[in-house]
Amino acid sequence: MKNMLVVTSGIVAMILSTVTLAGPREDLLAQYAAAAKATGFSAARGQTLHTQNFSGGKPDTPSCTTCHGKDTRGAGRALTGKAIEPVAVSVTPTRYTDPAKVEKWFKRNCTEVLGRECTPQEKGDWLTFVIGQ
Amino acid sequence: MRIPYRPLAIGLVTLAFSALVLARAQAGDRHFFAPVADSVVKEECGSCHLAFAPSMLPARSWQRMMGELDNHFGDNASLDPATAEKITSYLVANAGDAGGQRYSSKLLKGVATGAAPQRITELPKWVSEHRKVPDWEWRHKEVRTKANCVACHTAAEQGYYEE
Ligand code: HEC
Ligand code: HEC
Ligand code: HEC
Repeated sequence: MKNMLVVTSGIVAMILSTVTLAGPREDLLAQYAAAAKATGFSAARGQTLHTQNFSGGKPDTPSCTTCHGKDTRGAGRALTGKAIEPVAVSVTPTRYTDPAKVEKWFKRNCTEVLGRECTPQEKGDWLTFVIGQ
Repeated sequence: MRIPYRPLAIGLVTLAFSALVLARAQAGDRHFFAPVADSVVKEECGSCHLAFAPSMLPARSWQRMMGELDNHFGDNASLDPATAEKITSYLVANAGDAGGQRYSSKLLKGVATGAAPQRITELPKWVSEHRKVPDWEWRHKEVRTKANCVACHTAAEQGYYEE
């Protein structure tokens, strides 16, 4: 019985610590989920958003891949020729840890590509996609 | 016994060389434009292109550019007012005509007093320095645009524009 208690509290402690250890990326996803009233995000939808060609934005930037490249683990390139570090978290682990930076670029880049801001659902899907890359 | 001295000799030569380069740079070499040293400016003005050296444009140019960031060469580069203000003061303090000098850099020769050019690549002096660059070179896929200084000036991030 006593052992049982130790094990259970151990598990509880573990769960608690993963919760409190959740980083800024998880916080961002939670914010997007709350704003979108979403039940979940989909990496597959995120990938579609990333690779799809849109016609609502600027003609020279039809897709996220125009600048970020087709390979999420490879470097991208801005229209001005400057290299952009890979979007995949496995290659650039510092990515998406500054919420203000993430929001600033979602706003700029979605407007460039889609001609409008991305919805919280789209942002959550896209982040889920690149976090898993 | 001679061999161990070689690396040392090379090291000394390298040291002497960089000291020379540094001395020339500090003496106001026409090839040297101090790169952006402020981390906020580097981050906010250096993610879409090289963070251009503030001394390449006069203060008026930076003031105007910073007031029109929502339409920045067709891009929206807007920033929150506090960040924008911080960046403006850095650019203005380090501008080509900072501190009331006529123009510290030769690059600004021929710019009318009172004018606020928005492109370094349209300064008369810049154009004349690049008149010999052939057309195919500008269109090369590694270059893409005149504003991609780093494609040709590999040490542009460090402030050197020899070639
Ligand atoms: C015109 C070029 C361009 C296009 C098109 C573009 N991006 Fe970006 N993106 C950039 C640049 C430049 C940065 C900032 C440099 C960096 O973070 O390495 C960036 C950064 C980001 C960031 C912030 C990364 C971080 O580390 O916080 C996100 C999020 C992002 N982009 C999402 C997108 C999405 C989604 C799309 C498509 C809808 C897209 N981008 C299309 C150029 C572009
Ligand atoms: C969202 C992307 C983006 C950001 C952020 C950005 N720029 Fe630019 N900038 C551009 C583009 C696009 C051009 C046009 C480049 C071209 O003609 O190829 C440009 C051009 C310029 C030029 C003229 C280059 C020339 O042709 O001589 C200057 C100077 C400049 N930017 C300064 C700044 C400063 C200062 C900041 C920070 C406040 C900044 N930029 C932030 C996208 C950006
Ligand atoms: C296509 C290649 C190319 C690009 C892009 C380019 N340059 Fe140059 N630049 C040259 C060449 C070639 C010279 C001539 C070098 C010489 O004569 O020593 C030159 C000369 C210069 C000089 C004069 C150096 C001296 O010898 O006095 C400056 C300053 C300069 N470039 C700045 C820039 C800046 C700033 C940019 C980006 C806004 C830029 N360049 C983009 C090729 C380029």
